[in-house]
Amino acid sequence: MTLPSPTLLAQAILSGVFVGALYGLLGLGLSLSWGLLRQINLAHFALAFLGAYLTYQLATAAAIDPLATLLIIAPIFFVLGAAIHWLLSRFAVTPLNSLLVTFGLTVIVESLIQWFWTADYRRLGSHYADITFRAGPLFIPLPELLTFALSVVLCVSVWATLRYTDIGKAIRATAEDAPIAAAFGVNQRRVAILLSGVCAALAAAAGLCLALTYTLTPSQIYAWIGVVFAAVMIGGLGSALGPLVAGIVIGVSEAITMTLTAPSWAPLVSFSLLIVVLLVRPGKA
Amino acid sequence: MLFAAVALALATLPFFRLPAFYETFLYLMFHWIVLATSWNILSGYSGYVSFGHGAFFGLGVYATATLAARYRWPFLATLPVAALVAAMVGIVLGAVVFRVKRVRGELFALLTLAVTFVLATVILNTPIDGGPGVYLSAVPIPHIGATPASTFYLLELAAAVITLAIAWWIARSRLGSGLFAIHDDEDAAEVLGVPTFRCKQVAFAISCGLAGVAGGIYALFVSYVTVSETFSITVPLTVVLMSVLGGTRHWAGPAIGAAAITVISYTATAGDHVLAGKAAIGIILIAVILFMPDGILGTLLVRRARSMRAAPAPDTLPAKSADFPSPVRASPLRGSGARLLYLRDVSKSFAGVQALDRVDLDVYRGEILGLLGPNGSGKSTLINVVSGHHQLDGGSIVFEGQTVERWPAHRVARLGLARTYQIPRPFAHSSVLDNVVLTAMFGAAALPRPEATSEARRWLEFTGLSAKAEALPADLNLHQRKFLELARALASRPRLLLLDEVLSGLTPAEIDGAVRLILRIRDQGTTIVLVEHLMRVVMALSDRIVVLDQGHVIAEGPPTEVMAQAAVKAAYLGTGVDAAG
Repeated sequence: MTLPSPTLLAQAILSGVFVGALYGLLGLGLSLSWGLLRQINLAHFALAFLGAYLTYQLATAAAIDPLATLLIIAPIFFVLGAAIHWLLSRFAVTPLNSLLVTFGLTVIVESLIQWFWTADYRRLGSHYADITFRAGPLFIPLPELLTFALSVVLCVSVWATLRYTDIGKAIRATAEDAPIAAAFGVNQRRVAILLSGVCAALAAAAGLCLALTYTLTPSQIYAWIGVVFAAVMIGGLGSALGPLVAGIVIGVSEAITMTLTAPSWAPLVSFSLLIVVLLVRPGKA
Repeated sequence: MLFAAVALALATLPFFRLPAFYETFLYLMFHWIVLATSWNILSGYSGYVSFGHGAFFGLGVYATATLAARYRWPFLATLPVAALVAAMVGIVLGAVVFRVKRVRGELFALLTLAVTFVLATVILNTPIDGGPGVYLSAVPIPHIGATPASTFYLLELAAAVITLAIAWWIARSRLGSGLFAIHDDEDAAEVLGVPTFRCKQVAFAISCGLAGVAGGIYALFVSYVTVSETFSITVPLTVVLMSVLGGTRHWAGPAIGAAAITVISYTATAGDHVLAGKAAIGIILIAVILFMPDGILGTLLVRRARSMRAAPAPDTLPAKSADFPSPVRASPLRGSGARLLYLRDVSKSFAGVQALDRVDLDVYRGEILGLLGPNGSGKSTLINVVSGHHQLDGGSIVFEGQTVERWPAHRVARLGLARTYQIPRPFAHSSVLDNVVLTAMFGAAALPRPEATSEARRWLEFTGLSAKAEALPADLNLHQRKFLELARALASRPRLLLLDEVLSGLTPAEIDGAVRLILRIRDQGTTIVLVEHLMRVVMALSDRIVVLDQGHVIAEGPPTEVMAQAAVKAAYLGTGVDAAG
């Protein structure tokens, strides 16, 4: 094994940070709904890809700036997320069954995407894609930088909202002990609907980032599940900053593994981490 | 019988020389029946939902691919190895995972999924595959049927028959009863005598081995295997879908689900509606979980059981006669003086709270020991450490002359200890009768199923629950559920019975009945430790009383003497200002 040059390694770490930020952004919505609503929403990935395809569609067909599409897609997704939550809470499904129901939704969304956009690769050709900054010997592509910025801004704002605002406190109280929170005047249903709507809107944001940086194909929905779950579990359920930090750690370790060995070894890192975390993490995860 | 007849009829199918298309379709159906049914043996029966079935299937695929393509083994010889490799990996994984109490439910699902991807990565990057995939086109197909299609059909039919027979047998065996109990309440199952760790290990090994066989056959069937196809997320998700659709508590459920899904997707593929078929499967999955959470077969069986239960059953009263089997085989005399259980220096703390602090306690054969103390004094913790629910921080527990504090709970139960829970913890999906049969099979009595069933019926009669034998625990009222706890504990024929507030929440009339019952249990030779708040009952029943306060034993002796002591009054009524100094 030859050691790569420092520049190559630094570039790898940088790209690890960028992909890790996307793990964190995808994990944010998943973590919130799992940790705070006890719903394991596999459809989160399907929604993110649906968002990505919608961004692609609006940007190519209607020539809307990709970033502006979020203003249209996010509100629609908010309603979608609220509807999914209504369905899950209406039938009082267990966490495990929520995983299965949302898997069903994922399959349906995947079929829909494939029907509209076919299984061919789609690549959003935006003007952002051509811009690359240079910092010394390192290259920083603008789409990746936008992803990173969006991810950090959203994770921090969600964290701050949960921590400092009244609605955030109500959400955390409901997650901790719903009947007691209700006794203190928290409208559980409204809080939960709001939160699931936000989670879906976050999926739209993640979808925008996917469209900016990746080539899209419907089956890619499943490629992200494992590693994002790893980020969520390591970062802590219900945490807003945890998945981002864990995502970046995973992204960087993957990038280093890829540079040192072969790209195909990358999954070993995240999944071994996930296994270790599941086995040794003290207390209730 | 019907099953064997169908299997035989299917085995003659190749003689009709149908187009290969039918045999291939049926091959695929049996393939999924094997995978879904084998998955169900651990995940459906015990509730440990695995998303890692693809890993064990994949191990079988690559075991056969490697041995047959690279080392030129005859194909049929590779199948046992495929099963063995998958089962061994399952055993190693289980040995680690099943020891971690926390990894249940969705965490177990995630962990097994992660294991799938780790295995896939390793196989992809090592010479086992190396990246380009493995070709089996040069591997000779054994001449079992006239054509390759017939051969695969017959092989997979055999695999499906064996798998279903194993699933059927397990559902009726001790192992199955243990797994169903684990599904409903694993901790209670362990305390009642079910060796939960071993049950899960055996079920996992069988489940993985069968998936390995399906993988081995599949490798030759597709004749070219790649890591990305083999270890994809489709296998685990499809088997979960099939099993949930069919019903996971019945051995035949997954097979029904597998048949239904294969027909739907094959029809869709043949009719060029691949996407519609896929979406339909998604919709079916959602509909089944929301409207039929027990699956097709589960829903049908519940309905049939309901209609059978609707038939009026004679209302039996608690039996008055004394012709019940003695819970202990050699009944010692009451208060014979021999120590049955003693605790020395037993300590236990929870996150800084010292629940038990160097407690010494003796329980003599044949007595009823009343355990008293205010809320939080450590009574329930004491019951929990003796029954093996909690590990000790220090000290020793000797029961029947054996030092048991490091034993798993089920071994203590097997030695003759039984307990009830303050809040009843019946196995919710088993009938009242089956709840009791379980402890007769797994507790100190360790009876085979037929004897355990008649034993259980006797204890249901003893506790007046005979009329409810076929009901589910949810159909019982609190009083009946408490008595079910009692019946369940008694059916194990314990030497020592720990009763944790069996009377709380009962009406005065029900309490009087329960007191008579407890006295009858003791008269049969069972030693009883009674945790109770109702002073009237404790005074009437106990031969001796031990009072706990803040984790210490503060008094011990005959009831009237103990209750007269100042420390006991202080613990119950609070300390006066002057007394506190």
